[in-house]
Amino acid sequence: MDKIKKGVCLDHISKIYQDPKTGKDFYAVKDTSLTIEPGSFVTLLGPSGCGKTTTLRMIAGFESPDEGEIYLGDEPINTLTPNKRDTAMVFQSYALLPHYNVFDNVAYGLKLRKVPKEEIHDRVMHILDLVELTGMEGRMTNQLSGGQQQRVALARALVIEPSVLLFDEPLSNLDAKLRVSMRTEIRRIQQEVGITAIYVTHDQSEAMALSDQIIIMNKGVVAQIGTPQEIYYHPVNEFVADFIGEANFLRGKLTGVENGLAALDIEGERLTVAAREGMTVGEEHTVVLRPESAMLSDGGGLPCTVELSCFMGSYQNYHVRVGNTMVKLAENDPRNKRIYRVGEKCYLTFAPDAVHVL
Amino acid sequence: MARSQSAALDRKKLMADPIMVTTIVVLITFLTLFILYPLAILLVDSFVGDGGFGFGIFRRIFAMPTFTTAITNTLKVGLLVGVLSAFLGLLFAYVEVYVRVGRLVGGLFKVVSMLPVVSPPFVLSLSMIMLFGKAGIITRFLLGIYDNSVYGFWGIAIVQTLTFFPVCYMMLKGLLKNIDPSLEEAARDMGASRWRVFVSVTLPLMLPGLGNAFLVTFIESIADFANPMLIGGSYDTLATTIYLQITGSYDKPGAAAMAVVLLCITLAMFAVQKYYLERKTAATLTGKASRGRMLIEDKSVKIPLTILCGLAAAFVILMYLCVPIGAFFPTWGYKFFPLTGKWFKLIFTRYHGFQAFWDSFRLSLISAPITALLSMIISYLVVKRNFKSKGFIEAVSMLAMAVPGTVLGVGYIRGFSAGVFRTGFLQGLYGTGLVLIIVFVVRSLPTGTRSGISALRQIDKSIEESAYDMGANSFKVFMTVTLPLIKDSFLSGLVTAFVRSITAISAIILLVTPQFLLITVQINEFAEKGSYSLACAFATILIVITYGAVLLMDLFMKRFGTSKKMKED
Repeated sequence: MDKIKKGVCLDHISKIYQDPKTGKDFYAVKDTSLTIEPGSFVTLLGPSGCGKTTTLRMIAGFESPDEGEIYLGDEPINTLTPNKRDTAMVFQSYALLPHYNVFDNVAYGLKLRKVPKEEIHDRVMHILDLVELTGMEGRMTNQLSGGQQQRVALARALVIEPSVLLFDEPLSNLDAKLRVSMRTEIRRIQQEVGITAIYVTHDQSEAMALSDQIIIMNKGVVAQIGTPQEIYYHPVNEFVADFIGEANFLRGKLTGVENGLAALDIEGERLTVAAREGMTVGEEHTVVLRPESAMLSDGGGLPCTVELSCFMGSYQNYHVRVGNTMVKLAENDPRNKRIYRVGEKCYLTFAPDAVHVL
Repeated sequence: MARSQSAALDRKKLMADPIMVTTIVVLITFLTLFILYPLAILLVDSFVGDGGFGFGIFRRIFAMPTFTTAITNTLKVGLLVGVLSAFLGLLFAYVEVYVRVGRLVGGLFKVVSMLPVVSPPFVLSLSMIMLFGKAGIITRFLLGIYDNSVYGFWGIAIVQTLTFFPVCYMMLKGLLKNIDPSLEEAARDMGASRWRVFVSVTLPLMLPGLGNAFLVTFIESIADFANPMLIGGSYDTLATTIYLQITGSYDKPGAAAMAVVLLCITLAMFAVQKYYLERKTAATLTGKASRGRMLIEDKSVKIPLTILCGLAAAFVILMYLCVPIGAFFPTWGYKFFPLTGKWFKLIFTRYHGFQAFWDSFRLSLISAPITALLSMIISYLVVKRNFKSKGFIEAVSMLAMAVPGTVLGVGYIRGFSAGVFRTGFLQGLYGTGLVLIIVFVVRSLPTGTRSGISALRQIDKSIEESAYDMGANSFKVFMTVTLPLIKDSFLSGLVTAFVRSITAISAIILLVTPQFLLITVQINEFAEKGSYSLACAFATILIVITYGAVLLMDLFMKRFGTSKKMKED
């Protein structure tokens, strides 16, 4: 596909809805600015009601923004209807046309564009090959499995060679195993075609596995934009830290900064962590500790008491109490390790750079 | 917070779609001109008719004893018919859903639910007169009663109940099927008897639904024109009084004011039904039953209920059969044999039978596809699209459901006989076939729209969105996605519109001019004159046509229906 890739740019976009119960207006999306690079795979991730689907539907043209302008490449597209926008969407419910067979479903967009018949045939067959559905073109859509329907929906969107591919939680109706294999497929095809893709999901592992960039949204506002690693290791606030993966929060006062290390007073104990810029002594800080980043030991670190110890197969699950704070831990591959029992007193140990200070 | 930008953008996007804009404008014009305007002119007429604004005309009609009696008559009949129909409908529905009935009774039930759909409105009145009247087979020949009068309150009430209860039966059947059997099983399990279960679980769940069924029949009864006309005798209802006020006393402003009163009653009922009961019904009975119900096999329940319903069904069917059979008797009430085809011959040789059938057939045939298409377009706009005037379109097309035919007829007379607002604009319309077609369309539009809306609600919105997203404009989406998906609904809408049009009378009888001979009007005339055999002959052929149309549709749907293809595995 030798089409010029296009990026998408949202310039101070807001969308206001009316609450059907109270009749009050509220921001479904508020003052959101984004730049999505051409050819990149970007995920909009957030809990339900965070505005991610609304954002996607505004890009597709189904909703109109109340403030701001949306650009496709350099072109403002606010006034364009969905059928005039160079985007193609893969729907959560697949939205295949039930009265057409697989071939006609995929060919639908090409027929509308008045592509010659032979070319339609070639392009449809090529795309069906890409999504590994060769030989299925004569089937009705209800004769396909969920995964196959998903592929048809993807093929239908790809075949019209849009500048941007939009995904609205496309895997949420599939079972867990299929979901994992389909997301690998989607990533493979996106990279093969080199198309810009915007993907909406509330499933963080999907977002991690697929994306070049993740955009975390909360209550209509962008909370953080970054690569999966940035978001996981350097969340900007507690919401992001909690939403992506599991997180423990330790709160304490900064007592001193020295040689790139910060000393915090947590639950009456002194804790040394990697410092970041702009920290002032005397300030309250929250330390984010991932369950797999720490371990229990017989000495060194924060003293704690084991409250729960549970064998989970690939890891041992602990809940320990540090002062008044509960901390969840996951000790990987516990086979030959010392297992701490409930009630035991021990120490919570981790490297200074294994945590992130907010 | 201002939603002005999205509103402006949505408007711009809409304007970029000329076919959609044109459709909306045409629709709004049509609805305004042919539904709202005739009703509005009635209001204007009844307030300003006699010179100067005021309640003069209302004061005048309320001083007429005939009018005030008509109001009480109408309400009394409506109340009784509503109660009886809801009860009978519940009985039938309960037996069908809860009791294991034999094939025969099941078949009778199906016929009973079909009959009112395909038969012209006064068939039951005709057979009532022929069975129980002065020369009735049952009263005179079987029982030897020579002076039985079927005309009046009881005549209307019985005939209307038998005509309308199948509607209740179908409504309540749908609701009963939605009751989760485990609710009743839980009550049984805790020790309640079957009767206790019915009274304490089933009935309370059905209460809003019953109220709904009652009101729907009540409205139908109040709006009914044909039956009171035929069997009412001197017992006048509002619909017939309005008709007589125009055709007998030539008092058009008076009739307009009466029509306003009738309209107010039906509108109030309709509002209660639509905004209160329908919502409540939906709230108590949602979703589907989780699994099949254990049917009642208990003989002490099964036998009496089956016999009762079987007899009732058989009686209704007998009533309907009476008309075609009656058409073959040499002289009804005196001479039954040998059967003869002379009445059929007579209507075609002497009474312009061909013209009557051709006129009715042709006008209905033209109006049916218009109605079907229009109702599908309205449903599509209402369910799938978002634009400012959508609420107006939905409200007006639903409003038409609550407007009695007689009211509409008077509205058209007042609104179009001298042109729109008496300016002479569109005056050419009045008295033509076109105005009859328009009335047919308006009268069948609400039913079509309602079934279209419920069909479209079952289609995932994103299917159309995906087509739109692929590059199809609104017209393409409607033609290639929406319409094929609701083909079944469209087809049945087509046939329903045809049947409704060819059997229509209430509005039409006020508007038809001598150049058109319509079958229903002919039946009414002959029955009024007492020529029951001729009326029966006309009605029989009409039933054959409508039944043929329904059969044709069934055949067509089995062959080309969408659901079949999509259900194949």
